[in-house]
Amino acid sequence: MRYIPNAENDWGEMLPAIGFKRLEDLINILPEPLRLKEALDLPSPLAEMELVQHLLSLSEGKKMISFLGAGAYDHFIPAVVDHVLRKSEFYTAYTPYQPEVSQGTLQAIFEFQTLICQLTGMEVANASVYDGVSAVAEGILMAQRLKGRKKCFLARSVHPESRIVTRTYTHPLALELKEIPYTASGSTDLNALRDQIDGETNAVVLQQPNFLGCLEDLEEAAAIAHAQGALLIVAVMEPLSLALLQPPGLLGADIVVGEGQSFGNALSFGGPYVGFFASKESFLRAMPGRLVGETVDREGRRGFVLAVATREQHIRREKATSNICTNQALCALAVLVYLSTLGKEGLKELARVNFSKCEYAKKRLGELGRLRFSGPTFNEFVVTLDHDPQFILPQLLQKGIIGGFPLKKFYPEMEREVLICVTEKISRKNIDRLVEVLGSVSKEAK
Amino acid sequence: MKENWPGACGLILEEPLIFEKGGKGRMGYSLPGLDVDEADPEKIWPSKLIRKDWQGFPEMSEVEVVRHFTHLAQWNYGVDSGFYPLGSCTMKYNPKVNEDLARLPGFSGLHPYQPEEVAQGALRLMYDLQNFLCRISGMDQVTLQPSAGAQGELTGMLMVRAYLNAQGNPRKKVLVPDTAHGTNPASSSLCGYQVIQVKSNERGILSPQGIEEKMDEDVAALMITNPNTLGLFEEHICQIAEIVHHKGGQIYCDGANLNALMGLSRVGDMGVDVLHFNLHKTFSTPHGGGGPGAGPVGVKDHLVRYLPVPIITKDQERFRFDYDRPQSIGKVRSFYGNFGILIRAYAYILSMGPAGLKRASLVALLNANYLRGKLKDFYFLPYDFPCMHECVFSDRLQSQYGVTALDIAKRLMDYGFHPPTIYFPLVVHGALMIEPTESEAKETLDQFIAAMVQIAKEAQTDPGLLKNAPHKTKVSRLDEVLANRKPKLRWKP
Repeated sequence: MRYIPNAENDWGEMLPAIGFKRLEDLINILPEPLRLKEALDLPSPLAEMELVQHLLSLSEGKKMISFLGAGAYDHFIPAVVDHVLRKSEFYTAYTPYQPEVSQGTLQAIFEFQTLICQLTGMEVANASVYDGVSAVAEGILMAQRLKGRKKCFLARSVHPESRIVTRTYTHPLALELKEIPYTASGSTDLNALRDQIDGETNAVVLQQPNFLGCLEDLEEAAAIAHAQGALLIVAVMEPLSLALLQPPGLLGADIVVGEGQSFGNALSFGGPYVGFFASKESFLRAMPGRLVGETVDREGRRGFVLAVATREQHIRREKATSNICTNQALCALAVLVYLSTLGKEGLKELARVNFSKCEYAKKRLGELGRLRFSGPTFNEFVVTLDHDPQFILPQLLQKGIIGGFPLKKFYPEMEREVLICVTEKISRKNIDRLVEVLGSVSKEAK
Repeated sequence: MKENWPGACGLILEEPLIFEKGGKGRMGYSLPGLDVDEADPEKIWPSKLIRKDWQGFPEMSEVEVVRHFTHLAQWNYGVDSGFYPLGSCTMKYNPKVNEDLARLPGFSGLHPYQPEEVAQGALRLMYDLQNFLCRISGMDQVTLQPSAGAQGELTGMLMVRAYLNAQGNPRKKVLVPDTAHGTNPASSSLCGYQVIQVKSNERGILSPQGIEEKMDEDVAALMITNPNTLGLFEEHICQIAEIVHHKGGQIYCDGANLNALMGLSRVGDMGVDVLHFNLHKTFSTPHGGGGPGAGPVGVKDHLVRYLPVPIITKDQERFRFDYDRPQSIGKVRSFYGNFGILIRAYAYILSMGPAGLKRASLVALLNANYLRGKLKDFYFLPYDFPCMHECVFSDRLQSQYGVTALDIAKRLMDYGFHPPTIYFPLVVHGALMIEPTESEAKETLDQFIAAMVQIAKEAQTDPGLLKNAPHKTKVSRLDEVLANRKPKLRWKP
């Protein structure tokens, strides 16, 4: 009971004031038939020491060299990030409904919104959405609110989970979701898009770099979409790439969404992560999620508040632009601290390190097998193995290597393809080791 | 004001925006030397893809970063700062050990696509948590995927829709009480349903007759919150569920207020078909300044087949993800949910045990009823019945002096307390919704009561003091109208 201050002694003083004798009698506020008679069937309580031992044992695992990316990226997190996140004035507060006692959270979100605008080249960004994957679905819903047309085009090279989630989110709507194939270079087939798109299209969705690691021609895609009065939505799942890539906003994107995990958020088995959502200012009133705006107090001093809330569920109820309430504020704070720490130069340098290591890995693996796509990449690429990854990958695992993501799970046509990610945490030795082990495993298989 | 309140003294340090700090060439980061040949994107990528540059991006050393955020943190009020009775949000204490456990390298370093055989501990934790939540709520199966309560609502209502669809008709309407959270109608609407509002009765709860009148074969579901946002138990819930089920509808329960029920009653025994949990409320995971939370959803057997993929199953001693669920609604987010939050909730349940969880709910009830009893002579109590975990007053008695709920809330800050939720639920004009949780000691409650009593007196004798509050915070009352009329949503160089 270490988290509950009031003890029997205190109840003794409080209960008479409300007309009860024993603490247990408070159950009588409930109707008799619904009062639970038996104790909950749960394990007996653990002391803090036992709890730590138990979770340590659950978390134990062998240290692996991992080449997994595919929407979750293993970047080094400077110590300063977690030291800020552990400031309990941040993490034990809630949504800043009362701005006078929430200026810390509010200013941080305002700074986060600004950084997202700077990175994406967009005019406005919100306080965060759940993750990059559901951000795509929110983007499509926003395009539907703005355009009210019948269909959307999603590139097949958009993260498969984004496409699945979009289908789930839009199921109740009469919205047709059409897929655009990828080419031999690994980028989206914009000719196919040009052939199929028409005036009934709300939006075209591309991912940059795409799920196959390849870069897209956003400018061309924007021209095709805009010619039909449709919006271009760009998803960025590895935002570190934006340190080197021309921002989508400067290439014609109308909405840019993405995943901020790469910036200061641990892999943590898939969450919590943080989605970002940016758009043109003219679409502001149709945006989902919370927004923080600058204003002044009664003495004219600068301060920050939740702004443009008339879009939101707590005010507009069934007419709101989304149902989002709690989002990912603390993860957005991690992004902010991380980006502030790296700064402009650190971010560029880190991106170049990722790029260089990935180019090295491509060269080495290219000697061994085949690179599936010819197009340019950032820190991920696809390799075609000599044998079924279902057979190869477990053998790598035995040698302490997680050898990438087998694409067959989402792309049946890619039976032998593996998506490989190389971040700054992967050393040249690690890459050489992967090449060596992969070579010997493939040879044995013959 | 007597000088013994938590807010009686303080030092507030000024801090500019991060973009107004630092200087060219500063950096708080270091990288090891490159161990491969440097590759130049300008030689490999098409030139139009190369970033030209950006303006105003921060450049700072580590110490500048740390001071910046230390100053910002000082302007914030959290549960660790003091009493935070924000109604409907269950601002209970966030145990420190759980923060450490969520950061264990064996958890924080796990990649979501890591093969199952090298993630067995994490899978076991999730499997056990699913079961714990089932046992606490009386539901049959749980998905841990939704990121927050509102996404849980969406998940649950999509399952209701899929279930009805399978019977040939997804139906058109959803009944939502006038006391419901705004997320309920917003989620229903997102699922393509028309929202029909149902009035609560003179006792602040739903009456079976009221439901009977609105219920027909076009209604897909009733979304109910129990206890409701007035802090009152929906006594007729079983009878209401029968009425809805009889016409083929489903009962969705918003579990925002489950902190009132642990070990005392189970939603699954009340005729509810779908329930979402807010782990950041009931199960003590931090609110994070507005997330991340987690909003698992529990269902009864007839809806299990519609749960999002994957769910976690156990074959002998091996845990695995089950994606082979053809009738699943799909997925509502990436991967498996906010795992880091799930760890904290799991640790909380194990720390408390069955008796501890029951104690938490009982003391939450005790604290709320104590406040209700002590304050009702000073503030108008629209529904004067024993409450569950929270109680709702209004500003009616103070309004004769021109004082509103907002003024009372702002004045509470000067005494060193976070204000309660105000102007919600909508059925109470000028509502003050107070949820103390079990985390507060009697003397804190007494101090809060004394502050509220004093504010009630100030409303009579010196209303201007309240109209101009807060007086001691970093900023005084902020111009929200300006922020909405001319939105300035980012810094510009």
